[in-house]
Amino acid sequence: MKISFTLNGKSTEVDVAPDRRVVDLLREDLRLTGTKEGCGAGECGACTILVNGESRLSCLMLAAQLEGRCVTTIEGIGEEGRLHPVQEAFIECGAVQCGFCSPGMVISAVDLLGRDPNPGRGEIRRGLSGNLCRCTGYVKIVDAVETAARRMNAASDVKPDAGEKERVVPGAPGQGQRR
Amino acid sequence: MLEVGYSVPRFDARSKVTGEEKYAADCFPEGFAWGGVKRAGIAHAKIVGIETAPARALAGVIAVLTHQDVPGTNRQGLVHKDQPVLAAEKVRHWGDPVALVIAESRETLARALSLIRVDLEPLPGVFDAEQALRPQAPLVHESGNLLLKGEIRAGKGEDALGECEIVVEETFEVPFQEHAFIETENGVAWQEADGTICMHVSSQAPFRDRFEIAHALGIDPLKIRVSSPYLGGGFGGKDGATVQCLLALAALNSGGRPVKMSWDREESFVAGYKRHPVRMYYRLGARPDGTLHGLHCRLYWDTGPYAHLGGEVMELGMEHAGGPYRIPNTEIEGWCVYTNNPISGAMRGFGVCQVSFAFERVMDLLAKKLGMDPLALRIKNGLRRGDKNCCGVTMVHSTGIVPCLEALGRHRLWTERDEWKRSAGPFKRRGTGIAAVLNAMGYGRGLPDSAIARVELTPEGKIRVFCGVVDMGQGNSNAFLQIAGEILCQDSSCVELVHPDTGRTHPSGSSSAGRTTYTYGNALIRACEELKAKLFHRTALFLMLDEPRGLALAPGAVRHLPTNREVPLAMLGKSFPESDRVCISEYVMPVAQDVPDTGKDFSIGFPHVLFSHAAHIACVEVDELTGKVTVEKYLAVTEGGRIINPQGFEQQVHGAVGQGIGYALMERLMMKDGRILNPDFTNYILPTSLDLPDLDSIAVETVEPTGPFGMKGIGEVGINAPLPAIASAIEDAVGAAVNRAPISAACVLHALSGRERANDADGGVQR
Ligand code: FES
Ligand code: FES
Repeated sequence: MKISFTLNGKSTEVDVAPDRRVVDLLREDLRLTGTKEGCGAGECGACTILVNGESRLSCLMLAAQLEGRCVTTIEGIGEEGRLHPVQEAFIECGAVQCGFCSPGMVISAVDLLGRDPNPGRGEIRRGLSGNLCRCTGYVKIVDAVETAARRMNAASDVKPDAGEKERVVPGAPGQGQRR
Repeated sequence: MLEVGYSVPRFDARSKVTGEEKYAADCFPEGFAWGGVKRAGIAHAKIVGIETAPARALAGVIAVLTHQDVPGTNRQGLVHKDQPVLAAEKVRHWGDPVALVIAESRETLARALSLIRVDLEPLPGVFDAEQALRPQAPLVHESGNLLLKGEIRAGKGEDALGECEIVVEETFEVPFQEHAFIETENGVAWQEADGTICMHVSSQAPFRDRFEIAHALGIDPLKIRVSSPYLGGGFGGKDGATVQCLLALAALNSGGRPVKMSWDREESFVAGYKRHPVRMYYRLGARPDGTLHGLHCRLYWDTGPYAHLGGEVMELGMEHAGGPYRIPNTEIEGWCVYTNNPISGAMRGFGVCQVSFAFERVMDLLAKKLGMDPLALRIKNGLRRGDKNCCGVTMVHSTGIVPCLEALGRHRLWTERDEWKRSAGPFKRRGTGIAAVLNAMGYGRGLPDSAIARVELTPEGKIRVFCGVVDMGQGNSNAFLQIAGEILCQDSSCVELVHPDTGRTHPSGSSSAGRTTYTYGNALIRACEELKAKLFHRTALFLMLDEPRGLALAPGAVRHLPTNREVPLAMLGKSFPESDRVCISEYVMPVAQDVPDTGKDFSIGFPHVLFSHAAHIACVEVDELTGKVTVEKYLAVTEGGRIINPQGFEQQVHGAVGQGIGYALMERLMMKDGRILNPDFTNYILPTSLDLPDLDSIAVETVEPTGPFGMKGIGEVGINAPLPAIASAIEDAVGAAVNRAPISAACVLHALSGRERANDADGGVQR
């Protein structure tokens, strides 16, 4: 079956069994191996991608469901030669250890910040609770998302309104209101 | 600039967050086929026959192999060779492999596996270590169910308890724990035209894998090449053969095609290694002033059907059974026992995690009985340099447990604990608990803990580090580049790493035992110093100096300080043959020189002499209505010598504590007759971002003179304390003793309601 969709900004057509899992289509057929598989059952979040801007688990989606949709994988996060602020913050804050959860975690964080540009630590924790990480204990991941949010707001708030001002504190990683 | 002691962000983080990094799981070689295993699906049985014809007949099936197709001994095992690659006459646990299929696609593979019929004659199984030692117990191996009985004695042994005014006694149980790395066991293998088997595999020990494969399949080890990229987690579960022998066998039978094998999550649960469950009988005796005097313990380790690292895990646990304390008289007995449960083996904390629960709980019991402050009791008895540990080995290296406890005692979580507890909301109770732990580094006696570092100046003028020891996520690669950058004064753009590959790098042991950065790092320091000297000599030639003096390395160049002239590294790199641009150096970890006259049953591993230390405090809140325990605040104070990268240090502490909290409160493998009932993340609950607090970490920086830049490994010590600290905090909150893990809400609720637990099989709390 021929399926047409937009993949990381490029219109794409693939000839694939309609019931092929999207995670296999991406990883095996298209060799976009940044998307990981950790459980194949919707429990770990390693396979998270954005479909029409919302986070979805690619291990639970079938290829046919992509028809006409707009898919972003980790390879499509950030711009050519420039990392997304979430990726940058993950690197600086030490949010990456083995890194196998990181692509899914980054996508979930991007999705979260798209919905809520100013999440507190609790909201960040809730937003990432579908993504398992076995290495980090999550603290530095939460730090990273907090840092990224602050930077993204500082960049977009050219004229911050008074109410928002104090939340837009540019600063180095780790200088946030931790603990 | 790459400098030691500075939080250089990990250089591997970038390719990991962009998805560019290629793990073994991301390898899909041209024309590959899928390999997969038929698992027994029964815990104990005689194999009468294996019907493979229907599977073989299926279109798209390349080969179906059984034990008859295994060319070598068909035995794997790191110390005892007792584990078949493919089971022959008997099934000894649910996940035993009985047939191997190679197929064109994953769908065909699954179909072929379902077509294989194994004719089995069920045998009664045994699922508990102590029961397996009874005379009438079913035999897992004909030679008997006892893998290893060990004894460690110091001073007067058990008799000393008779001299103690105060003796406390208790029994403790700890469960299985699943490693649950997000990247499951996987790899690809193929045969080269010259017959060499090449394998790219998610493994903690590629060099040792070669010998495992060679022995099991009867292949020349030098005709096997194993490489390991970054691992998507390991934690001990990829230390030893998982897919390796199966993949090599597949590569021998795939008609030259590469074969990929990747266990799915369920298979990883069923066939992968676990942390040993242990039952521990403890008696600890003290003098009226709280001075520890005698310890007796009996420890029963359920190692599952195969030895794997069971004996060594038990050894390390026994060696730590007395904790970080001075106890002059000890008798520590251990039985490592075969059962038909899943295979237990290495996991972060390696036996120490289990005994830490017991020794810290009896310390609490003792404090209570003495009416003594639990922190003061620990400080009073804490090991100091020059003391002998519970095995009679003198602590000659940095010994930082007392400074850790003192730092904890100054922290507000400790000083303000009463206030915090009093401010619990309605229907909530709060408690705090502490734990003091240690963890040995290295292989111990009987097996040299060595590493060989190779460092090269490339023709482009870069520094290339050939790393023979795997980075499973702990960040040792970054530490290595930091060390090379520090000594050779280069920044991260000028240093690069070659991943472990038996064809390119040198044997440096496994990524395990808190040894990875210590041992390889020491070898690397020597190699870098040699390279530095070599570069100075060559620079002297270029600059026509009388002698190689007054020279210093600068980014990208060697500078002659008196004249400020420079020779670029790229020029040096292009001017000499490879043999003149490479330095190779080896390091072997020191071992105990005062080997006590005990522990004779351990062929390798006993004793150790280098330890890292930690003291933790957990502040928990218990919901009176549900029994749910929330870890509200947590502090880990860690002593591991000097710190090469503070961010990396914290990463390890956080990760270990996170896994330790899971072990304490949520991770329960539900077993029935050797079958795992919850082989998935829906029912085997790992901590999520909502389950862990903002962990705090403090470092007590001692200096370990033998360590690279004074460091010791701290990847493991942090997992030993959360269970005892949390158990202690729960006891503090609800007033009932916690002697089993994991500590479920149901058990806490029972304790709260004052009801005696009729059947304590679910573990948890006893009144
Ligand atoms: S692989 Fe999709 S949620 Fe785990
Ligand atoms: S960094 Fe390893 S699973 Fe998250």
